[in-house]
Amino acid sequence: MTSTTAAPLVELRNINVAFGGVHAVRDVSIDLRPGEVVGLVGGNGAGKSTLTRVLSGAQRADTGEILINGSPVEITNPRDAKAQGIETIYQTLALADNLDAPANLFLGRELTTRLGNLDDDRMEDATRKVMGRLNPNFQRFNMAVKSLSGGQRQAVAIARAVYFNAKILIMDEPTAALGPAETAQVRNLVRQLKNEGIGIFLISHDIHDVYDLADRVSVMYHGRIVDTVNKHEVTTDDILGMIILGKKPGEVSDTEREALELRG
Amino acid sequence: MTDVAGASPGQAVRRNRSSIADLIRSTEVDLRQFGMVIALVLIWVALGLANSQILQPVNFLTFSVQAAGTAILATGMVLVIVSRNIDLSVGAVVGFIGMFYAVLMANVFPATIGVNHPLAWVIALALGVVLGIVIGGLQGFLIAYLEIPSFVVTLGGLFLFRGLIWQLSGGTTVAPDDPTFVLIGGGPEGSLGGGLSWLFGIIICVAAVYLLVSARRQRRKFGFPVRPLWAEIAIGVVAVVVVLGSVLVANSYHWPSGLATQYAVKHGITEPAGGLQIEAGIPFPLVILIVVTIVMTFLSTRRRFGRDVFAYGGNPQAADLAGINTRWTIMKIFILMGILCAISGAVASARLNGGTLDLGTGYELYVIAAAVIGGTLFAGGVGSIPGAILGALVMQSIQYGLGFLGFNSPQVNMVLAIVLVAVVGIDQWVRRRAR
Repeated sequence: MTSTTAAPLVELRNINVAFGGVHAVRDVSIDLRPGEVVGLVGGNGAGKSTLTRVLSGAQRADTGEILINGSPVEITNPRDAKAQGIETIYQTLALADNLDAPANLFLGRELTTRLGNLDDDRMEDATRKVMGRLNPNFQRFNMAVKSLSGGQRQAVAIARAVYFNAKILIMDEPTAALGPAETAQVRNLVRQLKNEGIGIFLISHDIHDVYDLADRVSVMYHGRIVDTVNKHEVTTDDILGMIILGKKPGEVSDTEREALELRG
Repeated sequence: MTDVAGASPGQAVRRNRSSIADLIRSTEVDLRQFGMVIALVLIWVALGLANSQILQPVNFLTFSVQAAGTAILATGMVLVIVSRNIDLSVGAVVGFIGMFYAVLMANVFPATIGVNHPLAWVIALALGVVLGIVIGGLQGFLIAYLEIPSFVVTLGGLFLFRGLIWQLSGGTTVAPDDPTFVLIGGGPEGSLGGGLSWLFGIIICVAAVYLLVSARRQRRKFGFPVRPLWAEIAIGVVAVVVVLGSVLVANSYHWPSGLATQYAVKHGITEPAGGLQIEAGIPFPLVILIVVTIVMTFLSTRRRFGRDVFAYGGNPQAADLAGINTRWTIMKIFILMGILCAISGAVASARLNGGTLDLGTGYELYVIAAAVIGGTLFAGGVGSIPGAILGALVMQSIQYGLGFLGFNSPQVNMVLAIVLVAVVGIDQWVRRRAR
């Protein structure tokens, strides 16, 4: 399914982000092709989230370039990113708990009537259609999303990306809050979106999630990309080694490997 | 019952467990607000039992005029609190703008456009609203863009505008207002009169029924579940009865005979035996409150602005990430609050026919209490404008009723304090149990 020959959907070039004295992202370059899932892994504070926040417009890069379909674009806020077809599913879900599913799906992009009034019926209708694909049993369209289960909330967040025809999807820990059945549901959804030609950046602590879904894996360590590897050329242990030591498999000394095995 | 078709399994299960609460729930009426209406009725029944004199129409009219001043502000305070802010300056701003009107009409206008200029009240009102926008905009800017906590900014506003009232007036009461402006404050002459009151009531009834019918038709068109037909009809009937009943009460109060005689003499009417009977009708402050309530409810539920406010209150980060301009949204809330202060200040100043130094004192506390009793949560994201109106009516009913029964105001305040804390306590308990 992965077309390694296809032109990149999005390219990040030499991105740098510093917070005060902390260099959260150092000179990172990464790309993503249509229908490809790129896993972003790394320890806490490795810079994965900051990097994706740059792409989703929630964080401005100090230096660096973003190219979409080969042409440079300016992304300074979440609106710019959405206009480029970049949708983000955040770890914290970014749902307004007090609002219902349709209001959340259309948050910031509400459908309105000709007079500019909210068209709640049309929004509910659209939400019912999208949710029908993602979670056919879902019926609680007029309830605040805080009363929904983790999986249902995740479905609402994903429905947002699907409805607005995301071309590039960033998923930040999409399964962290979910039970096993719901996790399986989300994994299926990721495969489905991938088959539709959407490029996906997948951030996860769960190395199995990443290994299962991703075509390529980029490992980050202290703000740098250690390496981007083709999934079929490495083992999960190789990836784990890169996450913990911040070195490519070939650069790891025997003593370090022994220490790792003792730990693992 | 084709109505039930398409209802979720959850709803069907609920309907089998029949109880009064479930019956009400199937009408999709807010249970909390329904409870408050019951409480309001009980308060008046109790007051009537204590002294049946209080149930005279004139008392309802005086009560509604007194409630209007704080209820107008409560509609805005809901949005302020929903957005996780607070506005402690409303009383002082009402007092300041109220004094501004009085100074304009008593001191400035006579020297410029002359006494009793036909447009004096319009000019005064327009300038007051502009002043409200400037004050609200300034406070909103400090809160939204400079990120100074709203508690601090508006506490400062409270002190500043109380001080400015003295500066503006020279430390004395300023009077009188323009005679047309005074009508904004209500009273027999400051009311719609019999005919217009019926017209006003009928327009509201027609609009309410139209909204019910069109909302149902729209939901059916999309194939969404709708509430049972009997519930729709019940809601429509209750709305019509309440509105027309209120008009009836308002119209059953007639002008005092002295005033009616003056009116007869002025217009060359010979008074019939028993005096001229002129129906007072709905007082202007109540008309203003109703219009403000409709506009504010519309803004907060049917417009993007309201959606943004509630989204921010529910999850500020989510609102930001959704691309909502949250700073501008917050600033707009305070601008709106400034406009409402100008309206409430006009009612207060017109009622007194001038500006006093203590005008609006303590309003902020009544207004915040009304919003909170009406179900607005300090945690943000939850609140409703009709709820806040009900809250203001409950507060004012207790205040007016106990005053009528002869309790002094410190005693009344102690009762209000207990009611405020008890209502919020019961609310918390119900919410915890609901989880």
